[in-house]
Amino acid sequence: MSILVDAGTRLLVQGITGREGEFHSRAMLEYGTPIVAGVTPGKGGQAAVDGRVPVFDTVEQAVRDTGANASCIFVPAPFAPDAILEAAESGIGLIFCITEGIPALDMVPVYHVLKSRSVRLIGPNCPGATSPGSAKVGIIPGSIHRPGSVGLVSRSGTLTYEVVQAMTDAGIGQSTCVGIGGDPIIGTSFIEVLDLFNQDPDTDAIVLIGEIGGEEEEHAAAFVAREIRKPMAAFIAGRTAPPGRRMGHAGAIISGSAGTAEAKRQALELAGVRVADSPSHIPQLLRDAGAG
Amino acid sequence: MKLQEYRSKEILARHGVSLLAGQVADTPEEARAAAERIGGPVVVKAQVLVGGRGKAGGVKLASDPGEAEARAREILGMRIKGVSVRKVLVAPAADIEREFYLGLILDRGAKAIIAIASAEGGVEIEETARNNPDAILRIGLHPLIGLQEHQVRRVAFRLGVPAELRPDFATVFRGLYAAFIASDADLAEINPLVITRDGALLALDAKIVLDDSALYRHPELEALRDLDEEEPSEIAAREAGINFIKLDGTIGCMVNGAGLAMTTMDLVKLAGGEPANFLDIGGGAKAERVAAAFRIILDDPRVQAILVNIFGGITRGDEVARGIVEARQTLSRQVPMVVRIVGTNAEEARPILAEANLITASSLDEAAERAVAAVRTG
Repeated sequence: MSILVDAGTRLLVQGITGREGEFHSRAMLEYGTPIVAGVTPGKGGQAAVDGRVPVFDTVEQAVRDTGANASCIFVPAPFAPDAILEAAESGIGLIFCITEGIPALDMVPVYHVLKSRSVRLIGPNCPGATSPGSAKVGIIPGSIHRPGSVGLVSRSGTLTYEVVQAMTDAGIGQSTCVGIGGDPIIGTSFIEVLDLFNQDPDTDAIVLIGEIGGEEEEHAAAFVAREIRKPMAAFIAGRTAPPGRRMGHAGAIISGSAGTAEAKRQALELAGVRVADSPSHIPQLLRDAGAG
Repeated sequence: MKLQEYRSKEILARHGVSLLAGQVADTPEEARAAAERIGGPVVVKAQVLVGGRGKAGGVKLASDPGEAEARAREILGMRIKGVSVRKVLVAPAADIEREFYLGLILDRGAKAIIAIASAEGGVEIEETARNNPDAILRIGLHPLIGLQEHQVRRVAFRLGVPAELRPDFATVFRGLYAAFIASDADLAEINPLVITRDGALLALDAKIVLDDSALYRHPELEALRDLDEEEPSEIAAREAGINFIKLDGTIGCMVNGAGLAMTTMDLVKLAGGEPANFLDIGGGAKAERVAAAFRIILDDPRVQAILVNIFGGITRGDEVARGIVEARQTLSRQVPMVVRIVGTNAEEARPILAEANLITASSLDEAAERAVAAVRTG
């Protein structure tokens, strides 16, 4: 029914006693996500989120006592790379890092250490992932979803919500919605998520939401042409973005003639993906492609 | 954040890169004095953060202090790609025999720093990449152990650096790498790196772009920000904690989230209008921040309408609506305002917006169309 997160997710929240961590942990619990533990160094033994989640000093203790198998990180940027490594070294196999503003050079060694351990990192600077009806990890509002069979992968946050809402309003449900993050160095690429959706028997069609900067969408297009036989639709943000300026996300920048929305759109269309002019056109494009 | 040439050179010099530093002048008289102190022929270079200075006439040779003053007079105040020149660098002129390109960049695909080198220095590397891609050498640096000596040698041999200059080349390359790491750069390049006729290896021009996310731990680098070259509205936005980029259109945009903010601009354009800005108000959207955003948008006299697009997830729509109505009352100038609020408590937001006579829209496409229509009829 989904990828990455489901009813078998046993979630750990790093930074659970912080304002953001506690707020979103409450929303995740309300959605039905089993949060089995929280970690805040120095607050071990307490209970967070209205006494519902036991807090540990270290990830290692939390994993040993609760069998947590995924982590969601709300730790401030200066400490987040260390938190990611702590989770990886404590046996967590799937890490979502919500934190925005981590220096890119800090992520270089973290990325390669995680790859060498086969630990999957989603983000940083991402909204997380939701499998409607079973689990949500991160900050995507639960109310916008409807269970279904379209997978969605995006580099953005609120733009993702916009597209999901448009799909839900049109009666098109989602298998899983994944935000991979808007930073230049992120743990999981479009291609890896597309591959998961491709192999998921409960995902019948895929939506990709990209934006200016880098070549991730172009690489994804090449992968789609080669591997994906499921119907696809896409939207690329930033057609009107000026070159050389960072558009909010650290990774959203057109460098010279590289990274433009037009180049990404052309690459995706060449791969047979229907590309929308507006997020509201996505449901129709999915129907045109034979999905929904 | 981009650093000016003279700032970039200061950083490289601290890391052992040999160069002809020169002196910065912001008047023709200062340029003359600098040339006198330096002695001999000098080059007068516009200090702006845009490329193509040479082609635009912003880099000139001068054989004596009088000529340096005259050249500085021509260059200061010149506009290069819309940026007005307020400073020049006066540096000793070098007698160039060969020019190289040497740069380091954080590569998103490789998730590592890569070194880029070319024996065709003095032209933009993008140009070499287009015209003669085989002239470019790219080497991925190890993500955990960084630049290695064999990589330095490989580049030196490939560029054909003469044997007697190889130790100097290694010093430059290691210095460039050290400067990159120490300042948390996205890019650091020396272009050109030259061999002079008297056999010295020198960095003649340099460019460093810093990672904005790392500036919190480099207050000394943050202080090098050149406010002369930033839009006053962008400076004000940064101080208010708002992500803002000024554009040339007539429809101001206020949005939560960067991807949605770009999309809102795109849809304004699709509806036949021109966006006046990119603005991401971030999470929360409290009244005072909304008010600051409105002031920054309206500071641009070209703005004839504002499009507000808020997707309430964490943020409650009715709170945002009240913030908008409250903020609107404090504004010096009124323009038509199209407000679209969706998500959490959007229903509760509707009567608040209606009572304040704001134009509302349920979809983003509709909101963009109404904003464009408001400019046409307004």
